[in-house]
Amino acid sequence: MAEEWKPKILAIICNWCSYAGADLAGGARIQYPPDIRAIRVMCTGRIDPLFIMKAFQDGADGVLISGCHFGDCHYLEGNFKAAKRMFLIKSVLKNIGLDDRRIRMTFVSASEGAKWAGVVNDVVKTVTELGPSPLKEFEK
Amino acid sequence: MAEKKEARIGVFICHCGTNIAGSIDIKALQEYAKTLPNVVVADEYQYMCSTPGQGKIVDAIAESKLTGVVVAACSPRLHEPTFRMASKVGGLNPFRFEMANIREQNSWVHMHDREGATAKAKDSVRIAVAKASLLEDLFPKSVPVEKAALVVGAGVAGIQASLDLANAGIPTYLIEKSPTIGGRMSQLDKTFPTLDCSQCILTPKMVDVGRNENIILKTYTEVEKVEGYIGNFDITLRKKARGVLTPDEAAERGYVGGGCNGCGDCAGVCPVIKGNEFEFAMAPRKAIYIYHPQVVPNIYTVDFESCIKCGLCVDICGDKKAIDLEMEDTFETVKVGTAILATGYDLFPIEKKAEWGYNRYENVITGLEFERLICASGPTGGHLVRPSDGQTPMKVGFVLCAGSRDNTGVGKPYCSRFCCMYSLKHAHQIHEKIPGARVYLFYMDIRSFGKMYEEFYYRIQDEGAKFIRGRVSNILEDATTKNLHVFTEDTLLQRPINLELDLVVLASAVQPVAEEDTIRKLFGVSKSQDGWMLEAHPKLNPCGTTTAGVFLAGVCQGPKDIPDTVAQAEGAASAASIPIHTGKVELEPYFAQCMDEKCAGCGMCVNLCPYGALALVEKNGRKVMEVTEAKCKGCGTCGGFCPGGAIHMQHFTTPQIVAQIDAFLLGGEQ
Repeated sequence: MAEEWKPKILAIICNWCSYAGADLAGGARIQYPPDIRAIRVMCTGRIDPLFIMKAFQDGADGVLISGCHFGDCHYLEGNFKAAKRMFLIKSVLKNIGLDDRRIRMTFVSASEGAKWAGVVNDVVKTVTELGPSPLKEFEK
Repeated sequence: MAEKKEARIGVFICHCGTNIAGSIDIKALQEYAKTLPNVVVADEYQYMCSTPGQGKIVDAIAESKLTGVVVAACSPRLHEPTFRMASKVGGLNPFRFEMANIREQNSWVHMHDREGATAKAKDSVRIAVAKASLLEDLFPKSVPVEKAALVVGAGVAGIQASLDLANAGIPTYLIEKSPTIGGRMSQLDKTFPTLDCSQCILTPKMVDVGRNENIILKTYTEVEKVEGYIGNFDITLRKKARGVLTPDEAAERGYVGGGCNGCGDCAGVCPVIKGNEFEFAMAPRKAIYIYHPQVVPNIYTVDFESCIKCGLCVDICGDKKAIDLEMEDTFETVKVGTAILATGYDLFPIEKKAEWGYNRYENVITGLEFERLICASGPTGGHLVRPSDGQTPMKVGFVLCAGSRDNTGVGKPYCSRFCCMYSLKHAHQIHEKIPGARVYLFYMDIRSFGKMYEEFYYRIQDEGAKFIRGRVSNILEDATTKNLHVFTEDTLLQRPINLELDLVVLASAVQPVAEEDTIRKLFGVSKSQDGWMLEAHPKLNPCGTTTAGVFLAGVCQGPKDIPDTVAQAEGAASAASIPIHTGKVELEPYFAQCMDEKCAGCGMCVNLCPYGALALVEKNGRKVMEVTEAKCKGCGTCGGFCPGGAIHMQHFTTPQIVAQIDAFLLGGEQ
């Protein structure tokens, strides 16, 4: 264990908007903390709520879902469907005693590199303040 | 899915010079990669994308009998195609390649945290290896391409693109929302720096459009709906009710020899008078109108919002039976292989910069209004006059960067790129037409960056124009003379300035047309932060978009002058013609597949699919879902919801994604 606790945060982000936005933040060298690991899917609509549950079960301290702005989805409406699932996920998290701020959905377009950096900063800050996921201790 | 060979993964780490190696410990990453499950080779190189770098991948695939390749380098959005090709050359199915992004999303954003960046890179590689271990052979689907193209917007960009496509033998639908083609360029008088008359170089092209057999011109028409994908777009067009029949349309109704011949008798008798939008309401038009005598096509249009349906025009049109005041919008669907968007620009509403008094003071006008006032075919026959009293202005000021390069939140932060040059041209035109007139240009910087532009700038200086470096803080009007007092600071002389001028021209910023958002969403094109349509890559793919088969031309992608617009239009036309001439395109095989044994036939997915690609069918006595691959675009929305996990999203399968999650959270040092 390191002397300073660092959260484990999973990001699942869409290829067309948020992944491109994250790439743009790189191109512009906008610095943000390295406490996030991104998995790319074609659309946030692909994200099965069970993926998120699996991440928390595996000990994730936070999960970030990021897609296109409403109306900008490359597949017309996948982000709407993902957003609707967020309500379900948040209520399930609350019911099992997790703070629902550990899961967040944001909308970052391909031209919003600075916004992506801001989102990561904020998610890392929020999850760090919340501390380690209680599920981790529950597991072992 | 059938064969279950043991996974053998090769990991290749790119230094990207010092782009990656500067922030990430490559040696440590390489040693770490060697310890990961299934990894049989872990190599590194200065530039993996170079010939020797790709050679390492090709050789390793054969030597180590790899079943999967992971390259840890830049973004897959940049070099995934490159390394897929290298994998293919090595004899591996290209979809057995996975990329770990350790540049854009790591070394470049954690430049001063070597430890954190290296730890993140290790995780990224571990996640990528987990996915690569489960990747399958996939085969792109080849689909035929419809031999036709669509161009939206018939300004100079759309005209040039259509002519190029048509001359390459491709039937091209050219769609224009207004009743005539020509766009903004047809409103200009002269063009910088050559001082060609805009009409003289544009109207021949407009006539060519009308004559070209391969161009199907549809004016007063808008795009209503877009379906399909590259090679096979079904575009529904709304033909707005024009109230006037073309000779062809008249013939269809059985009035052979009828239809509008552009005689204008109808406008002669029409009692309704409106402002002509083409002249910025500085000249009148009737409720049945053409914008100007050179319109293409030369067909009148009824403005149904103003028409009182008195029927005088119908009577005078007589036997030609060209006018139908009961006409309604009609729809038609055209099938095209590729599309070019060339929707152009509008002026920023400069009245929002209230300190300059546009709309409040009669003698404050925009650059485009100046174009009409100085144009021989304009409302004043080319005599520049003050709107307030019709007098010739002897002292004229130009406010540059009017609403451009404006970080106050009111205007636009970007440079509109052609206002400096057209203001210089305006200065020249005043010197030419009004002997003794004095011209003042209030500027921040003069941006004369094109071929022969700087030389033109020197010429205008020599002609006697006064350049004052300073933003105009305020303009006040003298209530009796309607003269304008312009306040600024000459920042070079560090002196406040108060000049009394006869006329002030605002070089307004430009912004996307009002319809741009609707159109780009129909075609699935993103927008940049500044509101213009987003190109696929600013340097290497400036005409393409993230939607395959949709291209951009002209100002809709960002402000540009006529030479740049025409050049981009030719580029877009060339890019749009490639799939059509190739005759087929390969679609990425990210299709959904139904695993029949798991499918309960509930049909949830059928309603979720935005493309109608899924349907329930009878198989072996029970209902299961079936995918129409040609319609499936691979978003995975069905796979994200299937309660039974019965949908196999190729290349983004549930086992692959779960393996990635597990690799991140369970695979590393706990």
